[in-house]
Amino acid sequence: MASNVAMAGSARSRAGSIVSRLMQSRELTLGIVVVVLCGLVGYLTPNFLVLGNLQSVTAMIAIIAIAGLGETLVIITKNVDLSVESTMGVVAYCVGNELTQKHLTVQEAWIFGLAIGIALGATNGVIVTILKVPSIVATLGTMAIFRGIAFFVANGRDVVLGDLPDNYTDPAYASFFGVPYFVILALALIAVMAVILKYTSFGRDLYAVGSNADAAATIGVRARVTVFAAFTIGGFFAGIAGILWGIYFGGIDSTTAGGESLVVIAAVVVGGVSITGGSGTVIGAALGALFLGLVNNALGVLSVDQSWLQVFYGAVILIAVSVDAIIQRQAQLNKARSRIR
Amino acid sequence: MTFDTNATSHSDAGGASAKRSALGVLAPFIRWEMLLLIILVATILIGNWASGDFLTGLNFSNSINNAMEVAIMALAMAPIIITGDIDLSVESMVGLSGAVMGALWAGLTPFGMVPLPIAIVIALLVGVIGGLFNGILVTRWGLPALVVTLGTLALYRGLAKVLMGTNVVTNLPGGYTDFAFKNIPGTFIPWTFPTFLILAVIFWAVMHKTWIGREIFAIGKNKSAARYSGVRVGTTRTALFVVAGFVAALAGIILALRFDSVRSSNGINMTLTVVTIAVLGGIDINGGKGTITGVVLAVLTLAAVQSVLRLVGVSAYIDAAVGFLLIFSVIAPLLARKTQSLFNRGRLGGQSPGTGPQRESFGQKRGGGV
Repeated sequence: MASNVAMAGSARSRAGSIVSRLMQSRELTLGIVVVVLCGLVGYLTPNFLVLGNLQSVTAMIAIIAIAGLGETLVIITKNVDLSVESTMGVVAYCVGNELTQKHLTVQEAWIFGLAIGIALGATNGVIVTILKVPSIVATLGTMAIFRGIAFFVANGRDVVLGDLPDNYTDPAYASFFGVPYFVILALALIAVMAVILKYTSFGRDLYAVGSNADAAATIGVRARVTVFAAFTIGGFFAGIAGILWGIYFGGIDSTTAGGESLVVIAAVVVGGVSITGGSGTVIGAALGALFLGLVNNALGVLSVDQSWLQVFYGAVILIAVSVDAIIQRQAQLNKARSRIR
Repeated sequence: MTFDTNATSHSDAGGASAKRSALGVLAPFIRWEMLLLIILVATILIGNWASGDFLTGLNFSNSINNAMEVAIMALAMAPIIITGDIDLSVESMVGLSGAVMGALWAGLTPFGMVPLPIAIVIALLVGVIGGLFNGILVTRWGLPALVVTLGTLALYRGLAKVLMGTNVVTNLPGGYTDFAFKNIPGTFIPWTFPTFLILAVIFWAVMHKTWIGREIFAIGKNKSAARYSGVRVGTTRTALFVVAGFVAALAGIILALRFDSVRSSNGINMTLTVVTIAVLGGIDINGGKGTITGVVLAVLTLAAVQSVLRLVGVSAYIDAAVGFLLIFSVIAPLLARKTQSLFNRGRLGGQSPGTGPQRESFGQKRGGGV
């Protein structure tokens, strides 16, 4: 939709066409920014582009990117999920708890964790679609409620690394031909979701519901089912992210992943997924996670005060939505102009 | 909740048409405020039953004092939600204003040690500027309030962290902390409570007795209609964000003084409680409806609920309970309308007036106006 407009615009004003096309493709822009950023920081500090550093950076980025996959689906349908941090926390804690209590084997615990994630996501879905609570309010509430569940299960106890099965945290630091396992998993999931969003009717339904719910209903898209599915799948991905979080950190307490919702949403929004629904890709969202993660690490390597990180997250959200709004306005203007001609 | 369902099941069980029409006559009087009052009384009764310490003067002053920061912020949040916006950043403004005050006073900034009154004025000014920033991004740039205030939620907290680092400022001057902490001499009423009540009266008067309030409700009901009838929609919405920023800054100062502690994490997770008070007070999350009286009742209800949970020793679950209350208070009116429409359908034969307007907005409306 946006690209049509871009074509019309660029045909007329050739000078601005490269810039405008760059602006239109958030994936391309972000890709370039990421490469430049890596080069710059790598040039300033030799230990940035060291394999060890990159590996530990990318593990965390993979976790945020996977959580971002679910958030992307939800935001495309013009909703938002603020509770993703609590879902990650509950899953991370419960899986760790089951493993330390030796109730379940590792695989069973992971399946259990995924089931919790799906159940919590479905809860959000029910509250939003059946009980018709606006998603911002619903997930603001469930963010606190899910955290309460983690408190209840934990009852003041922490999961400590020593109680976990031997070598449990190894996968976080292992790699296959230099590519960390977490990254391989994230890439695989991103690829699957990219295909689903682009080539299946479910994917098109998501965009349809997000861009114009009434029109979508008219052509027979079941909006409620679609939104419910988006939240449930969101819970599933938050569950995976929670399990990986547990593997990465080992020791877990009931406040785990607090504040990560903001990072996940920032990654998705920076990745060009419009908060007003109906547009954006999972690849963009993943690049957004990569960008934020690299900046996070770059600040550390350049020994900038970590306090600035949150300022940066805030600024980056505001800049991203402002750029989106400018592009949209430009597109509307172009459309209006071409109509006059 | 229990009272709501009881009321309907009662009349259903009655079955007789006489009873139904009696309820029909009563219907205009069964307002949300009435329900809140019942919930409040019930909570107080439960609290009294659960703990002997509940109905004591000490507990009253503690639990009221605990709720005052979120209470005054809820007063400012109410009109914002009524116009169809939302401000998620208030909790970070609480942290930022406290940090500005503390950092200036303790000499953590390059300006040396600033006297506390001046530091407070500057902190309040920061609140105004922060609110103005939110308002301009939302109304002039046309960005959704949800994502703007999500961004400033991170931004303002980040600035507080930059200002404070890991420092903690304590030992603020006693005269100031007394205001936030102590009771009016000879009573169990904390000084902050009359402050809240005065603010509540001002908000009530402006919202319900002046043209400004009428404009705010008009914006919430229909923005373009309001614009065509001469309401300066953008200016009014911006002003509301400014008020929210100012009030959040004030709350931040009170919080810092009350605990005699300034750290960058002051006020974290407060937005949940603030939004909950507003919505529990009957402010329609989709805009256009609500009363300040309801918000005041919701403040008291929430203070009572928090106090009960604290007294029975489950204070870890207070936030979860608040989250539950938030969702409940959005669902309850909807359920009430639905049962009422079921009711009317039975009486009028097939007509269901209550369901029309709600249908279009499921899963679609978000707090932010676009």
